[in-house]
Amino acid sequence: MSRAPRTPLGLVRAQPEPPYTFTFDGRTLTALPGQTLAAALWAAGITSWRTTRGGGAPRGAFCGIGVCHDCLATVDGRPNQRACLVAVRPGDTVTTQVGTGHGPDGKGTPS
Amino acid sequence: MPTKQPASLDAVIIGAGVVGAACAYYATRAGLSVAVVDRGPVAGGTTGAGEGNLLVSDKEAGPELDLALLSLRLWRELATRLPPEDAIEHEPKGGLVVAPDETALTALRAFAAAQRAAGVETHEVAAGELTELEPQLAPGPAGGFHYPQDAQVQPARAAAALLRAARSAGARVRLGEQVTAVLTDPHGAVRGVRTPCGDLHAGAVVNAAGTWGGHVAALAGTHLPVLPRRGFVLVTEPLPPGLIRHKVYAADYIADVASGSAGLQSSAVVEGTPAGPVLIGATRERVGFDRTLSPEALRRLAHQATALFPVLADVHAIRAYCGFRPYLPDHLPAIGPDPRVPGLHHACGHEGAGIGLAPATGLLVTAALTGAPPPVAAGPFGPGRFPRPDDAPTPGASS
Amino acid sequence: MTPPADLAVVGAGPAGLAAAVTAAGLGLTVTLLDAGERPGGQFHRHPAPGLGAARPAALHHGWRQFTDRLARLQAHRDAGRVTHLPGHHVWTVGRADGHWRLHAVAGPDETPATVHARAVLLATGAYERQLPFPGWTLPGVVGAGGAQAMLKSGLVLPGRQVVVAGSGPLLLAVAGSLAAAGARVPAVAEAAAYTAYARAVPTLLRNPAKLAEGARHGAALLHRTTRLLTRHAVTAAHGTTRVEAVTVTRLDPDWRPVPGTARRVPCDALAVGHGLVPRLDLATGLGCATRRTPDDTHALVVDAGQATSVPGIWAAGEPCGVGGADLAVTEGEIAAETAAHALNGTPRDPRRAAALARRRDRLRAFADVMATAHRPGPGWAGWLDDTTEVCRCEEVTARRIRTAVTDYGAHDTRTVKLLTRAGMGWCQGRMCGPAVARLAGGPPAADRRPLSCPVPLRHLAGLPADHDPTAPPPPTEEPEA
Repeated sequence: MSRAPRTPLGLVRAQPEPPYTFTFDGRTLTALPGQTLAAALWAAGITSWRTTRGGGAPRGAFCGIGVCHDCLATVDGRPNQRACLVAVRPGDTVTTQVGTGHGPDGKGTPS
Repeated sequence: MPTKQPASLDAVIIGAGVVGAACAYYATRAGLSVAVVDRGPVAGGTTGAGEGNLLVSDKEAGPELDLALLSLRLWRELATRLPPEDAIEHEPKGGLVVAPDETALTALRAFAAAQRAAGVETHEVAAGELTELEPQLAPGPAGGFHYPQDAQVQPARAAAALLRAARSAGARVRLGEQVTAVLTDPHGAVRGVRTPCGDLHAGAVVNAAGTWGGHVAALAGTHLPVLPRRGFVLVTEPLPPGLIRHKVYAADYIADVASGSAGLQSSAVVEGTPAGPVLIGATRERVGFDRTLSPEALRRLAHQATALFPVLADVHAIRAYCGFRPYLPDHLPAIGPDPRVPGLHHACGHEGAGIGLAPATGLLVTAALTGAPPPVAAGPFGPGRFPRPDDAPTPGASS
Repeated sequence: MTPPADLAVVGAGPAGLAAAVTAAGLGLTVTLLDAGERPGGQFHRHPAPGLGAARPAALHHGWRQFTDRLARLQAHRDAGRVTHLPGHHVWTVGRADGHWRLHAVAGPDETPATVHARAVLLATGAYERQLPFPGWTLPGVVGAGGAQAMLKSGLVLPGRQVVVAGSGPLLLAVAGSLAAAGARVPAVAEAAAYTAYARAVPTLLRNPAKLAEGARHGAALLHRTTRLLTRHAVTAAHGTTRVEAVTVTRLDPDWRPVPGTARRVPCDALAVGHGLVPRLDLATGLGCATRRTPDDTHALVVDAGQATSVPGIWAAGEPCGVGGADLAVTEGEIAAETAAHALNGTPRDPRRAAALARRRDRLRAFADVMATAHRPGPGWAGWLDDTTEVCRCEEVTARRIRTAVTDYGAHDTRTVKLLTRAGMGWCQGRMCGPAVARLAGGPPAADRRPLSCPVPLRHLAGLPADHDPTAPPPPTEEPEA
């Protein structure tokens, strides 16, 4: 038996194409080609990227298949993107989505 | 269960929508003993599908406007009198009617002048000042009229709150019980109703069955030609509060409301809600009780709403629903005693204005039950204005 | 307008994929619309090519049959018999000009798409049933199926130490996958008792492959010192910004927590789910008849040929009752054959038809045994405290729902929704629906969502103007008031 720790990539003997970077709330993170935003955030140990509009509570991916909409994120200024469905693209600017994602005036996420 | 013959009630109210609830509320406050019976839950029919419009802006001067003005006052009073936890979301937000061109503006001026004479508060808003009231409004309209009295409540909560208050004042509430017969005495006067759970005896029966009021009338052996007029409403994703501040609609809405056509009419009324979503309603068409989604209805609502508010174009609709307004041929509700069946009162047929007109309707019905003078002239709403045709088809059973 | 396809298939999971290749093989032109980027559905979700997985089969059962079907799909696409439209979320299906019209929101840029077809086959799959408990909204608490989907497609784990909980045959598969991918799984809490299966031994014995599958998961777990706790549930999750521990409690046969049995299990993720709910929005929008299933969900009524109650609409897989991939494939093949017969008069091979029917009936019987065993017990509502958010989207607590029931006369999901907003948010009640139904005291209602996914208003505004003169006359029966 191998001593190397088991990993998802090891399990399927993945040899991914070169990773690329995107930013999340100003942090530079890497994603593997073809990963969804939620997968890339999970891989970085991040489990929340939205706060609710009522209680301001943190939320992240829940159903994982695009049904629950708990994983909504703002990508390149566009709110309400389901992180479990959208692929990360090189250079994406991702921000924690606050409330409705439309900002207090409806014109964008507050800075 | 031992059956005890209950004392006869003053009235049985059929229907737990907002109109039935308002009737129960005012009747119990007048000291009457009542029961409310509905085959479904509270607000299960048109009330639950409504937007909660309390409008004077769309009503031409006349008896319905008088009823609406009284109702607006009553809603304001209810908003302070009902306990805060009822959260009926009464918002005196005002309406803004937008005239797309000079012709429409001229017509709107005449319409508003007559309303003003009838007691409506309204001010003309110049084209350049529209965005002071509605910052997101698209440029282009010739002008508009502001109606500060237009308001909104959350209709299901409002109905439930009125019913709860009535119940705590002694009303019996029997939900999930269908009235199968209206009981009459040998002289033809009503003496109660029958449900699968037993008979309820009462000196009067109030038909507050909304769109299904024609069926109740038929059960009682009389005639009321209530027809369903379908409306679709679009609901958006949650948006920031204050994005859209009034009830905003284009002037042709008024013509649509007044139209008797069976075909699809639409002029979107756009408004924000305290919870966040923007409501876009509603179409009007007479297609029976058909709940099938009409992409054409949604297209028109979305087209008109995004024309008024371009900011909505990239917003998502997350829900669409339809309801069936109780439509009477002359667009006036039937309120008051039925001259053909002693003891039977009608309180239905409010079309799209049931939430707004409910409290005044409750007050009128209560006055008729107690013999008190009516708070507004009741004559125009008299149910006797629909004579029974010799070969009356059963409402709703036409093809 | 391009001529309508013979058959539009909605969903490219096991049922839809099998149906599409079978139908194309019988000579039908097929348009296959799928919300996913790659065919396979949730069951055969797999990594994007960029992830370079040399052995994706390590996370899958029936991988070879799947890749065989993919190859057939490719051949049919090359031959022009199948148009595959990935990334298409169909939001409604309606009648127009004598055929069916499907409207979809397509791709990350949400462009509108419209497909016309002579017949429609709904293979819309299912989503996971969730039952709320205190703390279930904490980050790190994820759906069991969600964790599985994220692992299969993104090769990621929700945490290092993952408790798996809920009910249903999926749990062991999820625990096995997570463990194989390197997560420590300290406990699997299954609310039902597997002894419930014993009441249906003959059905189980007729399905040896299914039993072997379960045994393999069990064995894999034993090696990895996972505690398998039946009649147990996670009744609370703890943490502030993410889950740090869960409370696992023993349940009585009605799923009521047994006092004094709670224990705390540290973890950094919880994968939880209570079986699957068929996705019926498009079908109910069309007026297809539904039935209650043994595990308290709703499924479509279909005939022996997988036709729904609406002529021209077929269905296969989970919408006809949750039953797993093998059953879905079988139903997809049956539906494709009967649709080809109905549309083009293509004869069916009676021996193959009989074999497919037998296989379907055997698998369906097995699924019903599972559904009965894992049906949520009424006592689960005892997990909730007053402040538990039942509706995740609109943040509606159990207390507000209970007050709507006790004080305001709500006795069904719709009225609770109208009075509290539970179910009015982005997910449209898909997450809280079963819980709200339970708290309202009524049976869960069949899905009724005229828009089956969010649609941009500009997209609705841009629909072609329509004065459909061929629209069928409206039904005259009254709706439930």
